Amino acid sequence: MLHFLLTVIRRDLLLAARRKGDWLTSQFFFVMVVSMFPLGIGPEPEMLRRVAPGVMWVAALLASLLSLSRLFAEDYRDGSLEQMLLSPEPPVLLALGKALAHWLIYGIPLLLIAPVLGLQFGLPADVIGVLMLSLLIGTPVLSLLGGVGAALTLGLRGGGVLLTLLILPLYVPALIFGAGAVDSALSGLGPEANLSLLAAFEVLTLMVAPWVAAAALKISIE
Amino acid sequence: MAFSIYKYASPMTFYGLAGKLIPWFAWGAAILTVLGLYIAFFMAPTDFQQGEAYRIIFIHVPAAWMSMFIYIIMAFWSAVGLAWNTRLSFMMSRALAPTGAVFAFLSLWTGALWGKPMWGAWWVWDARLTSSLILFFLYVGIMALWSAIDDRRRSDRAGALLILVGAINVPIIYFSVKWWNTLHQGASVSLMKSPSMASIMLIGMLVLAIAAWFYAIATALTRVRGIILERERQTEWVKELLEKI
Repeated sequence: MLHFLLTVIRRDLLLAARRKGDWLTSQFFFVMVVSMFPLGIGPEPEMLRRVAPGVMWVAALLASLLSLSRLFAEDYRDGSLEQMLLSPEPPVLLALGKALAHWLIYGIPLLLIAPVLGLQFGLPADVIGVLMLSLLIGTPVLSLLGGVGAALTLGLRGGGVLLTLLILPLYVPALIFGAGAVDSALSGLGPEANLSLLAAFEVLTLMVAPWVAAAALKISIE
Repeated sequence: MAFSIYKYASPMTFYGLAGKLIPWFAWGAAILTVLGLYIAFFMAPTDFQQGEAYRIIFIHVPAAWMSMFIYIIMAFWSAVGLAWNTRLSFMMSRALAPTGAVFAFLSLWTGALWGKPMWGAWWVWDARLTSSLILFFLYVGIMALWSAIDDRRRSDRAGALLILVGAINVPIIYFSVKWWNTLHQGASVSLMKSPSMASIMLIGMLVLAIAAWFYAIATALTRVRGIILERERQTEWVKELLEKI
């Protein structure tokens, strides 16, 4: 079982390594969306520091949704998804592996770019640490919940926009706790409470989302 | 008793039953609405803190309740449909969704109308307002998913799954929004906490809440009859029915 999970992850990583354009697009999208905000709301450092946590987190949500619409699409088109579902291995592991691979490909780079953007917004070093930590805990939630949405909207016309419509309301707790952690670090309250809640939400998502995504895949493939 | 419930799980028999029930609920809703509004506007006293504007809660509170209840009922029908693969359950949850969305919208709108004289702003990022807004978004997302999938079976089941995921998430969203709200705002805005609500106000609100129930049942049954006819159009009984008209 573990072997199957690792195979799914390795396969997606290999595919991503061969097609760098796909995942770099999403990272640049993140950088660009964040960079648009100072242009829109003005360069006052104090205000930028105030809005930085929310802006980064919202941009992270959008960037993950942008890439999630492709999570199962390629495999669906060439028929390999159907083969994988027909195999004796449990589909839960397929959904879990896909979501974890997505997190490794899209979540981790996001985490690594975030400090640079944090400096642009004038965040102090310790707050940037909290930002990275909140993204580290929070981005798996985005990949896991987004996997459910990607499975539900598989092969539909206008799937990308639809996915956004379905999944953004479900992202609300991650956004609140994630941005809240950075915010409370900024105001000196300490981020522990928000980070713990974010971690609790992640654990819950990890327990439920792969099953739902697997059920959704079966419904979509039928 | 059990045998009669199973009997009405078939779309054909349920179509007839719904047709018989609709006038009762529709008239019940109409009469109770008139009665409730009479109590609300003529019998209930003016609130000494909020003046006449408080009367909007007679519409607002039942609408907010219904938007939540309907979501729970949709989640129930979705679970039944996924577990026992019954056709009618999916039709029921589909028939309920537009009514739920309308009530969610109504509660947001009346909330805004109430907020303007009370808080001095059309919209306040209060925990209840925000979570109602997200509930409204969930309704919109579900209906968008249904309409995007052409295959009926897939559309039913995908929608049901999304409703259930939403049902798990709604309490978490509610609490997260509540904590977020207390973190960001001081006590500058406090929700209406009347120390003791006059009992006539409570009666008016309950009458209107029952009216909202009846209205929701009547519209959902009407809509489900339409869905049944559309989906069963290739069957003999629908053909016979249509010939008679």
